[in-house]
This record gives sequence, structure tokens and C-alpha cells, in this order.
Amino acid sequence: MTQALRPSLQKTIAAGAVANNPVWVQLLGLCPLLAVSNSVTNAIGLALASAAVLIGSNSVIALLRHRIPEFARLPCFVLIIASFTTVAVLLMQAFTYELYLKIALFVQIIVTNCMILGRAEAFASKQTVAAAFADALGTAAGFAIALLTLGAVRELIATGGLFDQMEMLFGATAASWHLSLTDDPSGMLLAALPPGAFIVAGLLLALKNALRPSNSSSPMIPMTPYEQE
Amino acid sequence: MADLAFILIGALLVNNFVLAQFLGLCPFIGASGQYDTAAAMGLATAFVLTLSAAASYLVYHTVLAPLGLEYLKIIAFIVVIAGMVQLTELYLKSTSPLLHQVLGIYLPLITSNCAVLGVALLALQHELSFGQTIVFAIGAALGFTLVMVIFAAIRERVVHALVPVAFQGAPITLITAGILSLAFMGFAGLAD
Repeated sequence: MTQALRPSLQKTIAAGAVANNPVWVQLLGLCPLLAVSNSVTNAIGLALASAAVLIGSNSVIALLRHRIPEFARLPCFVLIIASFTTVAVLLMQAFTYELYLKIALFVQIIVTNCMILGRAEAFASKQTVAAAFADALGTAAGFAIALLTLGAVRELIATGGLFDQMEMLFGATAASWHLSLTDDPSGMLLAALPPGAFIVAGLLLALKNALRPSNSSSPMIPMTPYEQE
Repeated sequence: MADLAFILIGALLVNNFVLAQFLGLCPFIGASGQYDTAAAMGLATAFVLTLSAAASYLVYHTVLAPLGLEYLKIIAFIVVIAGMVQLTELYLKSTSPLLHQVLGIYLPLITSNCAVLGVALLALQHELSFGQTIVFAIGAALGFTLVMVIFAAIRERVVHALVPVAFQGAPITLITAGILSLAFMGFAGLAD
């Protein structure tokens, strides 16, 4: 997507969140998405950490775009993203340690999330700081929407409830936010296990295609950089 | 020796990096459309993954830990991995132009493969020794290549199946991966 005209910032945010949703449209960032979406609490934790890294690194890359030499731009981007990931890890260790322990590995590998490097390369390295900030905000919101949808559906199917263990993020008062829709605590455990992540994500993606068939006009959706031959 | 065998089987089958731990999904979904591509990608990743797990271990225990700089491990490891990818590319170019031609286009993509970083970080988290780290990395690498090849073979069949329109493309690919993951759950209990 090249920006021929400079779109307004709201348009940039909306495009990142909905029209070019990093997950449901571009299939980026699947590893953390599938791994951490087994409950809403985990999903919110990772969405916040990813948003912080995405917004911070995109803004800094836009700020330094005239100083980073063309031939060394990818290593520079990766180092900037790695620095923000380290900051996110340290912040989570300081403020939400229990949650960090549950999703530690996937907070650390935010650095290899192709969604973030993709936005740096395609957008932030060519735009003003304000535009890059808006784009990062939109993309982060889009990633959060996808994580929360998948997290909510999987938690609901697996446990019959929602918002379990929210106190790990929002303090003791949040312990009462847990909703239980059935009295039977045993749900379909499969949804919380690895196969469930793949299957629920596939079903949600199919639902999106069925609701908006215009997007699936081509039989095979081009998925990742690997398929550009 | 027994513990090494358990680590190998654990990383290869039971806690398979792709199907049970969700690491390396981008190449798993993206490069598995064709059997040959998948095998080449799997081998290239396996090679870099094993080398960088060993190099990351050495960097962490000889440089970062003595200096008290453990918190810099993410930055250090990503630099190590990028360096390993470059070295592999240079080495292949000079020694085996044929192999370089086959694997060349996949090598740069490996830097952003989270399985490579994941193995280095997990080996650290499990407090493995140097020998154990290498066995763990070999298990992870073989497991990655194995599921790449299996999945590519399945997808070559799925292409010829009549799939409902809404499920074509990514949805059926994810659901196929889910069923494969279900099959791999059968290995649970073999080792931990």
C-alpha cells in the first residue's frame, strides 16, 4: 500500500485497525496471537505490550528516518524494536509480574513480530512522526481487536466464562469481574489447547470471509512475504 | 544420556515448536504451499537455529552474565541471529553455490523467525547446560523441518479438494494445522 496522497490521521488509524487489520487481513503476527489468546487477560496483556513497542518504535524510526542510512536500515529498525521490547519486558516485570510470567516468552519475541517490522519498513520510514504514530496506533488497535476477539471466543468455549484472573492486570477489585455464563465449570477444553487456537482462528477467519465476501474475490489470499515469487 | 534423549524427543515431538508452542508460524503457514519450498525452508531454518542457539548460549554466559547485563539478552540474541544468518549465507556462497541457490532466498527471512529466538530464550529459561542446549536446538530444528514437510504434503492434497468459498485460503490452512496439532497431542506423555 503506497500513500499517493497524504490521508488524514483518522483515516490512517482506521485503515490500520480495520481495512488493513494486521491479523484478519494480512495474517501477520500469528505466533503471539495464537499462543496468548487462550484467555482475555493474557490477550489484553500482550496487546498492551505490543502496542507500546509498535508505537514507540514506529515513532522513533520516523523521527530518525533521515539519519538512518538506506543500506543499514533493517538492522537499525530491528535494534530500535529490540530496545523497545526490552523496555516493555522490564515494565511488565515491574508492574504485572504474575501476568508476565504467564506470557513471558511471547512478550520477549515481540521483537520478531513481522507486523512491527513491516509497518516500520512500509510506513514509518517514509512518513512524518505524527503519521507514523497514527499508523502505529491503528495497527496496534487492529492487533488488539484480533487478540481480544480470539481470546474471548476461546475462553468462552473452553471455560464457559470470561475475564478470569483480571486482577493480575487491574488490581484486586478486578477479581470480581469474572463472568460465568454456565454453572458447569467444565467447558470444551480443546479450545484452550493448541489445536483449538488454530481451529477457532480458522473458523473466525472463515466467518469474516463469509460476512465480507468482497475481500475474498481472489481464491487464494496472498498471505506473507514468502509467497511473493 | 537418558536426559538428553528426553530433551530431544520433548523438543522434537511432544512440545513441537510449531504445533504446541506456536513458534515459527509465519514460515509454517507462508512457505508450506509447495513441498520443495517447505523442505528447503525447513533445512535452512534448522541449520541457522542450531548454530544460533549455541552462539547465544556462549554470548550470554561469557559476556552478558559476567558483566551483569542479562537484561540486554533480547538485543544481544537478535544481533547474534542476524550475524549467524549472514555467516551462513557467506559460507554457503563460497562452499556450495548449489545449496546457496536453493536456500538463498529463505536465509534473510530466518532473522524474523520467532522459533530461532524462541529456542535461544527457552534454553536459557530452562537453565540448560551447553550440551543440553545443543540437543534441545537440534530437536527443535528437526521438529520444525518435520512439520514443515508433513504440512506441505497435506496442503498439496488440500489444494485439489473442494473447499467452501469462505474457507478457501487462510481459514482451511489454519484448520488443517489445528488437526495436525491434534495429532501431535498424541505424543504427550512420551517425554516432558
